[in-house]
Amino acid sequence: MAMPAAEIEALIRAALPDAEVTITDLAGDGDHYAARVVSASFAGKTRVAQHKMVYEALGGRMGGVLHALQLTTAVPT
Amino acid sequence: MSDTPQSSTDARIAEIVNSNDVVLFMKGTPLFPQCGFSSRAIAILDHLGAAYETVDVLQDMEIRQGIKVFSDWPTIPQLYVKGEFVGGSDIMMEMYEAGELQALLSGTAPAQN
Repeated sequence: MAMPAAEIEALIRAALPDAEVTITDLAGDGDHYAARVVSASFAGKTRVAQHKMVYEALGGRMGGVLHALQLTTAVPT
Repeated sequence: MSDTPQSSTDARIAEIVNSNDVVLFMKGTPLFPQCGFSSRAIAILDHLGAAYETVDVLQDMEIRQGIKVFSDWPTIPQLYVKGEFVGGSDIMMEMYEAGELQALLSGTAPAQN
């Protein structure tokens, strides 16, 4: 059920090329991550829309192979 | 997976979100959440002193799958306020930190204890 952090980051970058992605392995088990994604493409979007953009980048893995991804999104300041 | 058509599940979910001002679809119950994200969502609602209903999706496979389609959102917990989808526990935390969740819940009934 685990997924390497580099793979998560690569999937997000592929969909949001300008994104600054910071991934933290919360439990050190390769299964519980926190991701902070900063991208100009979030500008003017609701939080729900921003998170959906990241979930779409992950192509259906969210809620499946990726159970525990704590997500924070932001626009660059 | 159940054989119940999504349309009838949608109707059940619509009834739930429209008849409760604040409702959290979660894994487990407020006293015994079965997932860290559901636990965090409950902690935020309790901290804000909001009255809320919960639906334990682990007791209802139809809703467990159906809510993801209904909300177009892949994970649980999911918070609805006044019939509108608010988000999951990450968004609840972001909104809480920004003071937005307090504002959203200020129009709903406080907890009775």
